[in-house]
Amino acid sequence: MPAPNTAVSGTSPPTHAPPPHTDTPAPSLTKNDRPAAPRKPRALRVPRGVRRAVGPVGLLLVWFLASSTGVLPESVLASPVDVLQRAIDLTGTGELPQAIAASGRRAAIGFLIGATVALALSLTAGLFRLGEDVIDASMGMFRAIPWVGLIPLFIVWFGIDETPKIALVALGVTYPLYFNIYGGIRSADAQLIEAGRMVGLGRLGLIRYVILPSALPGALVGLRYALSTAWLALVFAEQVNADAGIGYLMSNAQQYFQTDVIVLCLAVYAVLGLLCDFAVRLLSRRLLAWRASFDGEGA
Amino acid sequence: MTTSVSTHVEVRGLTRAFDDKTVIDGLDLTIRQGEFVALLGHSGCGKSTLLKILAGLDSETEGEVTVPERRSVAFQSPRLMPWLRVWRNVVLGLPASSDRALAERYLAEVGIEEYAGSWPKTLSGGQAQRVSLARALVREPELLLLDEPFGALDALTRGKAQRLVADLWQRHGCSVLLVTHDVEEALLLADRVLVMDDGRIAYEAEVGLERPRNLGSPDFVRLRGELLHRLGVHDASAQLDEPTATTTATA
Repeated sequence: MPAPNTAVSGTSPPTHAPPPHTDTPAPSLTKNDRPAAPRKPRALRVPRGVRRAVGPVGLLLVWFLASSTGVLPESVLASPVDVLQRAIDLTGTGELPQAIAASGRRAAIGFLIGATVALALSLTAGLFRLGEDVIDASMGMFRAIPWVGLIPLFIVWFGIDETPKIALVALGVTYPLYFNIYGGIRSADAQLIEAGRMVGLGRLGLIRYVILPSALPGALVGLRYALSTAWLALVFAEQVNADAGIGYLMSNAQQYFQTDVIVLCLAVYAVLGLLCDFAVRLLSRRLLAWRASFDGEGA
Repeated sequence: MTTSVSTHVEVRGLTRAFDDKTVIDGLDLTIRQGEFVALLGHSGCGKSTLLKILAGLDSETEGEVTVPERRSVAFQSPRLMPWLRVWRNVVLGLPASSDRALAERYLAEVGIEEYAGSWPKTLSGGQAQRVSLARALVREPELLLLDEPFGALDALTRGKAQRLVADLWQRHGCSVLLVTHDVEEALLLADRVLVMDDGRIAYEAEVGLERPRNLGSPDFVRLRGELLHRLGVHDASAQLDEPTATTTATA
């Protein structure tokens, strides 16, 4: 044991020594290392949330100043105050809530249909080899088609009512959910499946206690993608002959050059998307409490 | 069919091939009721395959295999379901009526009942391995199959786990087949040690030593040397060249 000890004490003095001697080469390092407590008040300690808010608030401020000084004419972009005022007005008349309700209904129905299809397809493809052979290749092929490009075809098929809009949302939702659930099922650990068989789980038991839980993290990632895709699909779909909904409000505003309404509608889409994302993240935190860590993607 | 009282496991002419490579080749094996048998062999000699066949996880075999109805396995890694709390892992696969109290009784037996409500991610390797043992025991197996269950544990934890297994075996009276590559572990725990080579049992030694066993006793050292010699026939590397000095040191 003496040999390692001397080796350690031999290396440690140099590491302590530099601060007093080598002030010039690495002053910042030594400052951070040693007297942390007295230096602290000097550095501005701003809470992280405040720091993160600086960017967006600053941008809003620039926007506001540009509008109020006339640098940014209203025909190009309405001022944030106008947008807010318009939001209050339209809420008062009931137009905005109605539009949100109409769009929300499309998104919800489309999502439910898409999720059901995705779940059925991914379970069939994930659990049965025959299902995989039949479904997965086709899904791969269909995914190569940009779904937004299907709008004209959907109009031909479904007319211009609600159906093509809901169908587009459903289609946009299906792919991310399908591929993530299918991938999750197929990534189930063979060792855990063996352990499950050993404790006497049958086919259904294995699906219930081993395979589906392993697919859950992937499924939740898919859900986040699916929800954001749902809103995106809606934005596209509502450009087509809508008679209600946020997109309808927007295309009307376009005709009258009401940039404040357009901006308001965009903001509403964004907020709805954020709310969905937030809900899924809460859900993930609850459902994936067993994981050592859950996906650290930040928003 | 396992009506016979004296023989619990009976294997005759067992053969298992993967593609064109024969891993088990006409193997015969008998385990008496309540007997603790250790199976030694180089990695890749087919000992884990044999264990899987006895567990019923591999049925593409030729030959006769007779095993008791209730069998449990503790694998080299604990293989707990990370999404089930510890106690649910223990009673997983049992009839729905099995409850937390039952799980806790067996967790207490392996000494970690206080973790019943924890997630597996919070357990250390040794604790997780204990849960895995509790999960095996809760089924009250007639045959307990252990696939290098201590292989991934550090030396101290391994010693404790070995004593625990010895205790559990004496209390439950089940037959045990322990697959290991650790000669000392085999000699500490087993009534009989088998050496597997070329897909069959190449050598067999009764360990007539009193329990608890003394790593330094002359008989132990002699058996150890003999087994190492049997194992070293093909590969004279790792374990072979250690004389008795290290044995007493680890004891």
